[in-house]
Amino acid sequence: MISISNLEKHYGLLHALKSINVSIAPGKITAVLGPNGAGKTTLIKSVLGLVKPDSGTITVDGKKVNGDSGYREIIGYMPQIARYPENLTLQEIVEMICDIRGYGNAKIDLDSDKRLDLDLWKHFGLDKEKDKPFRTLSGGNRQKVSAVLAFLFRPKVLFLDEPSTGLDPVSSSVLKDKILAEKERGTTIILTSHIMSEVQELSDQVVYLLDGQICFEKSVSNLITETGQSTLERAIARKIEGNGQRMSHDTAAAGAGSGIGSGSSESMKVLETGEAVSESLVNEKQKKTETISVQNAVFDFKKLFSNGEGRS
Amino acid sequence: MIAKILKYQLRDVMRSKWIVAYALFFLVLTDVLFRFGGDGVRVATSMMNVILIVIPLASIILGAFYLYNTREYIEMLLCHPIKRHQLFWGLFLGLGFPLVAAFSAGVIIPFIYNGAGPEAWIAALMLTFTGSTLTVIFVGISYYLALRFDDRIKGLGLALIICLFFTIIYDGIILFVIYMFSSYPLEKPVMVLSLLNPIDLGRILLLLQFDLSALMGLTGAVFRDFFGTAMGMIIALVSLLLWLVVPVTVGFRRFLLKDF
Repeated sequence: MISISNLEKHYGLLHALKSINVSIAPGKITAVLGPNGAGKTTLIKSVLGLVKPDSGTITVDGKKVNGDSGYREIIGYMPQIARYPENLTLQEIVEMICDIRGYGNAKIDLDSDKRLDLDLWKHFGLDKEKDKPFRTLSGGNRQKVSAVLAFLFRPKVLFLDEPSTGLDPVSSSVLKDKILAEKERGTTIILTSHIMSEVQELSDQVVYLLDGQICFEKSVSNLITETGQSTLERAIARKIEGNGQRMSHDTAAAGAGSGIGSGSSESMKVLETGEAVSESLVNEKQKKTETISVQNAVFDFKKLFSNGEGRS
Repeated sequence: MIAKILKYQLRDVMRSKWIVAYALFFLVLTDVLFRFGGDGVRVATSMMNVILIVIPLASIILGAFYLYNTREYIEMLLCHPIKRHQLFWGLFLGLGFPLVAAFSAGVIIPFIYNGAGPEAWIAALMLTFTGSTLTVIFVGISYYLALRFDDRIKGLGLALIICLFFTIIYDGIILFVIYMFSSYPLEKPVMVLSLLNPIDLGRILLLLQFDLSALMGLTGAVFRDFFGTAMGMIIALVSLLLWLVVPVTVGFRRFLLKDF
């Protein structure tokens, strides 16, 4: 549905996205996760056309993202923080978006317009708020408006940025039910969240970003069975920790290689080439465990330099 | 599409309190001046001094505030099938038009019910024209600043500084130049300097129209001597229109390429 290749983005000196390659399968819920500043928002905004990437290509449903606005007709977006013109009423805001989407500027009947998906409007009970100006709405209600607008046009692709922030438990579960119903309908959904239980509940797969690179891309169930943890949160923590440990092996090895640290000359050799690893495997059985971990390190080096392609 | 965006922008801005306050400010001031002075041309002249200070300040601050406040709204709209250039003009006219309308209404209405003569009407229309042009120029500058600087403290601070620069500091610079180089023929350099300041241009334009040499100052006098009244007005007008176009165009280009 969405494919991204070699996407690069710099903000001044900050290298926000480093050659991202990912394709997002249709009809699934994909969670884009990662620590703060990893590039999640930049990635999503690039697909939405809000951020202009330096290089690389993005296609959404076969249409290339190149500054034309047409491809956004099939996209619904629920932003993290939503603001609409302060003095317009809810009804007017919905009408405005319909008008912009080319649904005519007649008064939209928010009870029974067949062209629009009004499930959320009804379930959130926004009908009794519809004549209030936007500035008087509470944070939760503002969030509900964004949710309604994202689902309103039955989009093929939905972007949800921290969807349940600021929502009460009832509304939050209404929204989650709606998200799952949309998935049943075949909508491709991309979601970011800091609440891992929510991600585990909703999403099929996880794309994990770290420092502007894709760290791993896996299905949720695989991730949990592979790491042997009970929750997604633990599984991701274990996974990242594991990567971190292997990283620290790398740095220790690099330290040995450059003559700092206390590594022997053999371990220097094994670090240099893959063959050396097998040599030392044969020759130095007493150092077996150490060598194996070094072999891991060599493997990881390859992974590091292959630009995120060698996802485990 | 621009019309659609504009429609909702106008509905939003027209309902806000500050635009009403802005119109009332000019209304009350013009009315008070009528009660004091009576004569329409004199009222227009006094108003000129007010608008040359107030309009740039109000437009640049309101413009920058407005764009900073609508940032998330812009992001949301850009996720719909809207082209960026359409959105920009929608936003620009959506603020520029209400400001011009509020100011014009505030100035014109007292002229209507005070029954000003034809001469006073010309002065009043000239005043609204210059004021409107200055409004659009400074809204353009503020949009550029708000798009250039993501940090709103920086953007607003710079907006204030630019405004103070053109209203106060610039005159100081011209005086300084005249004082420092008093033994050289300075007409042409000073004239060029005044072309670079939209507020100065507005003043020259109005004073040439009102034919008030007493208030004209050095730059205005030089202007009239050099070009004569008619030619001077045309040149001031053309430069003012350049000021109208350039900041908006630069801001527009920035909007097209900006990362939101």
